[in-house]
Order: sequence, then structure tokens, then C-alpha cells
Amino acid sequence: MRAAVIQFPGSNCDRDLKVAFDALAGNGRTEMVWHKEASLPDGIDIVGIPGGFSFGDYLRCGAIAAKSPIMQAVVNFAERGGYVLGICNGFQVLTESGLLPGVLMQNAGLRFICKTVELRVETAESAFTSAYSVGTTLAVPVAHHEGNYRADEQTLSRLEGEDRVAFRYLDNPNGAANDIAGILSANRRVLGMMPHPERLNDPALGGTDGKALFTSLSEALVAA
Amino acid sequence: MKARVFVTLKSGVLDPQGEAVRHALGTLGFDGVEAVRQGKVIDLHLTETDAEKAKRDIKKMCEKLLANTVIEDYSVELL
Repeated sequence: MRAAVIQFPGSNCDRDLKVAFDALAGNGRTEMVWHKEASLPDGIDIVGIPGGFSFGDYLRCGAIAAKSPIMQAVVNFAERGGYVLGICNGFQVLTESGLLPGVLMQNAGLRFICKTVELRVETAESAFTSAYSVGTTLAVPVAHHEGNYRADEQTLSRLEGEDRVAFRYLDNPNGAANDIAGILSANRRVLGMMPHPERLNDPALGGTDGKALFTSLSEALVAA
Repeated sequence: MKARVFVTLKSGVLDPQGEAVRHALGTLGFDGVEAVRQGKVIDLHLTETDAEKAKRDIKKMCEKLLANTVIEDYSVELL
């Protein structure tokens, strides 16, 4: 499989995500793609939108990045059935670009939260979560000021009814509706999540609770 | 031509920032403030001279970028 990571001014988890993608079976080198590019490299199977503070979170977090030239290519890629993983600021960019519903608002407690939180895996029915068992508890770091997921009642009940909540907080740190930490697109090929699995992908980083997400992807994409 | 765009949270959307401001006002003794909602003002300086055309363009700007219509409303004043 071949992966690409998008880089915006202010991205700061791009290299961590590249290391996680590089470690996947058969993925020789992850392409790093600058936001001013209008197209993705050929033959890409998955695009990662990394964490950080793209464009200084000006206007709204993720809003400016969502309108950058490369994001139109990413939207087209996703509409053709491509896999997209957005982590933290990447999740915010995905909601602002319309690839995922809802919005991430300021944390209910008004503070930046940087700590490890517990998540429950809510579905194994996706290329991102197939190596997990439903109900498994993970301890994964979060680091955000706008992680308070909000959507209207209709959208929330559709997400729940379609089994599109991928991860839920056990002890909600930011006020997110329905304790939502990560959601899938309707075709289950776009995942946005606030916690950082790429920061727990190697024992040297303090744990491997995030590794199964990348293992799942590797298995799904190699099989595809 | 100049225009001013007001971006505000939709009613029903929780505004923790506004709530913190309300609380601080209460601390200062302004206890008659029932609610505070915080928003944004965006001033635009435009080369367009046709007011109707400017309004149509600004509406598009708001829908595409200046407001997130999932949670925000906007209004426009030509100055």
C-alpha cells in the first residue's frame, strides 16, 4: 500500500504519522504532500491529515486548511472511495471540508487538554478498526483545545444508527456529544478522531494501543 | 466598498466562552446579565462598486469560508 501525508503550515504531527505509515507492510515510503499541490501522487491508497495547528487555527480550526488546493484533491480521492485518516487537527479539517459531518468546537471546560484518555472501540467494521475487538479499552493521548464534537440531533442519530462512531471516550474530557472521539464516513473509508494513535505505535513511545489501527489498515489495503 | 460580516453561534449551540464571560461579569457585580453569546466581526474592503453584486459575493464567502453554517449564522451590513 502507498500512503501520503498532507502538510499544512502549522502541521506538527506529520512526521509521526509518516513513521506510523512507513512501518506498514509493503509501504516503502510515505509521500509528504505540501498543501499547495493541486493533486495527490499516483497510486496512493491512503491519505493522512495530521494533527497540529494548520494556519494557526485562524478563523476556525481547520477552516483555512480545508480550502487549500490539496484538499480539493483529497475530497475527490475520498469520493472515488479512497481511504482518509484525519487525526486531531486532521479531524477538524475533515469536518470543515465536508468529508465528515458535524463540527469540533472549543472544549466545554475552555482549556487545552493534553493527557492520556481512555477510549472504547465501538465498531470493528472498518478498515481502521478491524484489528480491534468491539468493547476494547484503549489509553491514547489527546492534545487539543477544540475537540468538543457537535452535530444536530438528526446527524447524531444517523451516526449511531449506522454504526459510524468508531471510538468513544470513557470519561468525556471535552464535552463531545455522545462522548464521541472518532467517526466514520458513510462509506466507512474516512475516519476522523481527536486522540492520537500515531503517538502510541511503538513501545518506545510508551505503548502500542494505537498500533492496531495501522495494522488494520495495512491488512485491509494489502487485501484490497 | 466596505462591508461588515457578523458571525454568531446559532441559538441552541452551547457557547462555553460566552458563559465564561457572563460569569466574569457576574464577579464584577453585573449580576443582571442573563446570557452572553460571543461572535465575530469581519470587515471586508471590496473593489466591487455594485451593492447587489457585493451582497451576492459576500453571501458566497460566508457559505464557503467565513461561517461554518453547521453551528453559525451570519449577517451582512454594507458600510
